[in-house]
Amino acid sequence: MTSVSELKPIPWKLHLLVLAVAIAFPFVFPSNFMVNFGVMALFYAFIGQSWNISGGFAGQLSFGHVAFFGVGAYASTIVQLRLGVSPWLGLPIAGLAGAAVGGAIAVLSFRAGLKGSYFALITLAFAEVLRIVSNSIGITGGGLGLLIPMKIGAQNLQFAERSGFYFLILALAAGSVALAEWMRRSRFGAQLAAIRENEDSAKALGINVFAEKVKVMLISGAIGGLGGCFFAQYFLYIDPLIAFGTDKSIEMLLVSMIGGAGTVYGPLVGAVLLALVSDVTRTLTQIQGLSLVLYGALLVVIIAFLPNGLIELFSRKRGRKPGSKT
Amino acid sequence: MLQVSNLSKVFGGLRAVDDASLQVEQGRIVALIGPNGAGKTTLFACIAGFLVGSGGRVHFMGTDITGWPVHRISRAGMVRTFQITQPFAKLTVHENIAVGAYQKFHDRHPAWEHARAVARQVGMEALLAQPAVGLTVAGRKRLELARALATGPKLLLLDEVMAGLNPTEILEIIGIIRTIRDSGVTVLLIEHVMHAVMSLSDHIYVLSYGKIIAQGSPQEVVANPAVIEAYLGRGTAAPPASGTVENAHA
Amino acid sequence: MDPNIIAAAAINGLLLGGIYTLVASGLTLIYGVLHIINFAHGSMLMLAMFGVFYLLTLLGIDPYLSIFIMVPAMFVLGYLLYKGLIGRLSSGKDENILLVTLGLSILIENLALMFFKGDSRTILVSYSDTMVEVGPAFVPLPKLISFGVAMALCAALGLFIQRTDTGRAIRAVAKERVGAQLVGIDVDRIFAISYGIGLATLGAAASLMMPIFYVSPTVGHVFVLVAFTVVVLGGMGSFLGAVVGGLIIGLTESFGGLFLGESMGQIGISLIFILILLFRPSGLFGTKT
Repeated sequence: MTSVSELKPIPWKLHLLVLAVAIAFPFVFPSNFMVNFGVMALFYAFIGQSWNISGGFAGQLSFGHVAFFGVGAYASTIVQLRLGVSPWLGLPIAGLAGAAVGGAIAVLSFRAGLKGSYFALITLAFAEVLRIVSNSIGITGGGLGLLIPMKIGAQNLQFAERSGFYFLILALAAGSVALAEWMRRSRFGAQLAAIRENEDSAKALGINVFAEKVKVMLISGAIGGLGGCFFAQYFLYIDPLIAFGTDKSIEMLLVSMIGGAGTVYGPLVGAVLLALVSDVTRTLTQIQGLSLVLYGALLVVIIAFLPNGLIELFSRKRGRKPGSKT
Repeated sequence: MLQVSNLSKVFGGLRAVDDASLQVEQGRIVALIGPNGAGKTTLFACIAGFLVGSGGRVHFMGTDITGWPVHRISRAGMVRTFQITQPFAKLTVHENIAVGAYQKFHDRHPAWEHARAVARQVGMEALLAQPAVGLTVAGRKRLELARALATGPKLLLLDEVMAGLNPTEILEIIGIIRTIRDSGVTVLLIEHVMHAVMSLSDHIYVLSYGKIIAQGSPQEVVANPAVIEAYLGRGTAAPPASGTVENAHA
Repeated sequence: MDPNIIAAAAINGLLLGGIYTLVASGLTLIYGVLHIINFAHGSMLMLAMFGVFYLLTLLGIDPYLSIFIMVPAMFVLGYLLYKGLIGRLSSGKDENILLVTLGLSILIENLALMFFKGDSRTILVSYSDTMVEVGPAFVPLPKLISFGVAMALCAALGLFIQRTDTGRAIRAVAKERVGAQLVGIDVDRIFAISYGIGLATLGAAASLMMPIFYVSPTVGHVFVLVAFTVVVLGGMGSFLGAVVGGLIIGLTESFGGLFLGESMGQIGISLIFILILLFRPSGLFGTKT
């Protein structure tokens, strides 16, 4: 994984262009199918950014990122169902829950000095523990999961028009892009890049590697948690497999790696591609799993030939040489 | 500025560093020399916090820093470079140095400008935009130096910064190190390039099999028979001063 | 609790653990020699199990006899996979290989989903229901046979590594790659052979698991975590560790189910994995890095 973003500055105009296209999208394609496509693309871009921040920017590969998503989904749903809390309040609660789990996993794992593949595997185990627990206890509805009663109304975070969800996830995704862009240009981002490239050198230059890694996992967890709340509100149902199954972990990783880990727009590129391939294969064929076959193959190809992700194609095409003035 | 007292480091059965003591005064250039495998890099690692010593203490600017984590020692002003260079491979030279600069400046612009200035100081300004992974050995050594320098250190620990350089490059680095010292930074260096050590150092410590076997000015150390024997083997030291030779003839 | 029930759980756990040992020995061999964490291990086992399934349902071959087909077939698959893909990508950070094997496992799993559909499959042979008395427990005959064969194969693998020239070469490469090259060992060929053996153990394990378990395209997930836990518990690269670890994990699963119920019971394995990584990452017999 590399950080092509460091080598390629992103002009304001590009940000505005992408935002404008995204805002115009549901007006240009107002059908339910297309708006749903947009929602899912932005959703995966958002939770992909969660993985990207810790995996791409800071170089901490995780195979269990679904843990933050699931904790957020369950947290906001449970407080909604049990305490009557508004789902809008559920959003920050989900974010906090995700952050808390991110921080806990980070402190435990990094204190023990886990890195690289071992860290990836332990995150997998943590997610699995959460899945088993949520499958077994009452408050999460056990294996049956939780159903959010349909109460259409913006105040219940259940929009009458699908585009309501679209603009919500657009706001979240835009925020995550802004966060990534800020990180890329900040001291924090530079320190994370240093940690990613060489921890010993980073330490020697005064970086508190442990503290920065925990910080990045807190942020990453928060984003994952927010994504979980959104998902729960959009589909009105979660269960242990959806919330903590490996599928989401893989998708969060895939969209980032394929789009371009460590870049600001990598997850968006990867997510749009994933949503496209998903919808196309589902409408043209009835074959289950085809999209992921393509994606798995794409991951292998990317690692072998385009380790910077698809985004490298964009920067090559625009003729920018690496190392242009930022 | 730096006081190492009776530092030892034991790995299993091996005493890599054995009761070593050394002192570096502010504003000096001090060299640590010794044959290969003497334990010099291990000693550096203990001083800078990468290894925990098995005994002894390290005092930096009056504070006991023994056992401190690496980043804390670095922030206190003691920064080391690595014998085997460890650049941030995928980042550019500018970004590499900026990471060091960010220790001193928290905002992007001043940090980047400072990085540029440091690059100029070590002669790397032309390479700023290049990815670190593409540098030559000499370039990487210079980058190590620049990165550490950018943090605004009080004491620089340079580990074989001249290894692998050709004579011209060595001369340049000697000049750069002198300039660094003149700007107020104290330097402790491990080096094998003898003429550089001789011309740069105010004081030299000699390490052999983990022990400090000699110290003194460059002239004193070079004439010291124990030092010669450490490098060349037993019995290779020149005979002692003239009086004894005449006695031997008598 | 009735001691007989506990004893029965212990026996069942050990029997299952024997097969886990076989699965883990392949994984630990691959790690020990190639220093690769083969994330595709679970999905490869799933693939092999489908192989056994179809050998029985389409060609009528008894699962235990299919070992003679599955083992060489999986060996060849592993050898080719190494030569064709993994070998080329194994330079660079070990995380890259982990991602490649992850990609591979995603690929295989979803190919299986496409071709075999999502349902679970089990097989029935004439002796599926025959029970054998083992101490206080009544154990299905296939479980006993599987355990016996698994242990025999582990012993055979161990002998192979210890006594044969290839085995010696494998150990040499595992211990000191460059040194092995210097004495003339074709390291790349050893890598390919080791990866092949790693998958071959899965071929055998598949034949042994089908009579007592089920297969579905997603069953690989279950096995991945179990296999990794065994290897991490026993120590990466340690054959003895795989044996001891396998038995311990088998027992954990059995007792977990007994004391915590079917759902929570699975938690024991994941918890062991986490605890080992946090507190003793070298495992029981592994080398401390």
